[in-house]
Amino acid sequence: MSLRTLLHYAMLIAIALVCAFPFLWTLAVAVGTEGNVFAFPSSFLPRKPSLDNFIEVFRAIDLASYYWNSIWITTWTVVWTVLVCSLAAYPLARYRFRGRAAVFTLILATLMLPTEVNFLVNFITSAQLGLVNTHLGVILPTLAGAIGIFMMKNAFEEIPQDLLDAARADGASELYIFFRVMLPLALPQIGALVIMTTVTTWNNFLWPSVVLTKSELMPLAVGILELSGTFGSSTRVIAAGAILTIAPALIVFFFTQRFFMRGMEGAVK
Amino acid sequence: MTSESALSNAPPRHFRNDAVAARARWRRNLRPWLFLAPALVLLGAFTFWPVLWGSYLAFTEYNFLTPPRWVGLANFEDLLQDPVFFISIKNSLLYLLIVPAIQLGAIVLAVLVNNSLPGIRFFRAAFYTPVVTSVSVVGIMWGWMYNEQGLINAVLRWLHVINDPVGWLSDDRLALFSVMAVTLWRGLGWYMVLYLASLQAIPKDLEEAAVLDGASRFQRFWRITIPMIMPTILLCTVLSTLSAMKVLEEILIMTKGGPVSSTYTGLYYAYDQGIRAFNFPRALAASMVVSVFCLALAWLNFRFIRPRHR
Repeated sequence: MSLRTLLHYAMLIAIALVCAFPFLWTLAVAVGTEGNVFAFPSSFLPRKPSLDNFIEVFRAIDLASYYWNSIWITTWTVVWTVLVCSLAAYPLARYRFRGRAAVFTLILATLMLPTEVNFLVNFITSAQLGLVNTHLGVILPTLAGAIGIFMMKNAFEEIPQDLLDAARADGASELYIFFRVMLPLALPQIGALVIMTTVTTWNNFLWPSVVLTKSELMPLAVGILELSGTFGSSTRVIAAGAILTIAPALIVFFFTQRFFMRGMEGAVK
Repeated sequence: MTSESALSNAPPRHFRNDAVAARARWRRNLRPWLFLAPALVLLGAFTFWPVLWGSYLAFTEYNFLTPPRWVGLANFEDLLQDPVFFISIKNSLLYLLIVPAIQLGAIVLAVLVNNSLPGIRFFRAAFYTPVVTSVSVVGIMWGWMYNEQGLINAVLRWLHVINDPVGWLSDDRLALFSVMAVTLWRGLGWYMVLYLASLQAIPKDLEEAAVLDGASRFQRFWRITIPMIMPTILLCTVLSTLSAMKVLEEILIMTKGGPVSSTYTGLYYAYDQGIRAFNFPRALAASMVVSVFCLALAWLNFRFIRPRHR
């Protein structure tokens, strides 16, 4: 191994340590049960390791119901996102109709609009529609995303026209074509959309924290802050809660990395 | 009856076909809209309506109970009276310091991982991990890091860099920069992936030709790599400028604007006025000011960092 390669690895490892530092420490603190949590470097080597903190956190707060809420919200968001985005993408990809260009521009415009401030008016709208403190209120505003629509549009454009013509010649209805021809052939892209939506929804914080005020409805990403705000929760217990919060998204990410690395490229084009 | 039979003298099949054809055409024209309907309704309600209604409400007095009442620029005048709003805008502009740091950091990271060394996929994933971690947990973890008794002070003391603990989040001169570092930490991986994709799109023979011509590594970087990734640099500069102007979650979780209002940003001010104080018109007026800044900055970006065509 040349000196250059060695130096290269040294830099990679140094940066990886900076990225991983808070994670490693949180994990070590969550696993350990004794000693000063903030001592350096001893806090990185857990003393008397056990899973006690992970059990304790379920007692300190209603972590099980946060988990359930996260799973519920994420599942339905993913299902409806895929459906809404691919339904919208199908005519954009395969039909010629008046207004197509206008719709396309409109959806593209959502990427330019300052949508970060939309949560203010969306809170008013949700209050008027009775969606405050409902999971439907968390889910609805996130479903129709431009990125999802464009991803599915690209997928549908790649499907050969012959297949559609053959299905139409056989008298298949448009809905049949959509569900039985288009969707199955777009499975790889649907997979990518599912994975990316799962991770973003699991991690989503701001909007759920605005529209949900009742603790029993909150997803993990919001509920975990309740724990850290609870008087008297020990750092080790909060650390265990933090690990349990991020673990599902990180596991999904580590097994499906390439979707993230490639999905982004698609989004940029 | 006669008129009907008169009609039937005209080719009846053609007439019926016309009606059928018209209905079929109508259905065919309607079809794409039925597919588009769910997405358009949702986008309309939760993306376009907030922009329109929000722009209107910023010029009204509105308290949920009575219909909004037009008050002209009164909300904006109120903003100008509020010193915290000035701090917020100043901080949002200060936050732009993060933009060059992100570009530099992300390009360096992308160059470092743009090869096929053994284990490089692991490093790419490691650098991306903060991006797929929920911001609430990021905030909690960095709260511990920055705590006066926390990890960073412990490490610095261990290295004998400091004697007294530094108040990373409790010192009003430092707090904003501490939060900025977290935004940087959590954003680098995302921009790294964009740059990596752009680096991998550079044709190999370009690099090889330069090597044959005896160009040094340094020359190749400045003369080939940088011009080739210029469109991505522009894109990332615009994206990071806009997201720096709209920083909110880190502030909300880590400092809530404190200590002594020193970490208010434009959008956190809007959040605070709207969601905490329920003063939506003032919140929307503030967010309009932020949006105008965003538009101006995006325009400046496109104006000055234009990829050179030859």
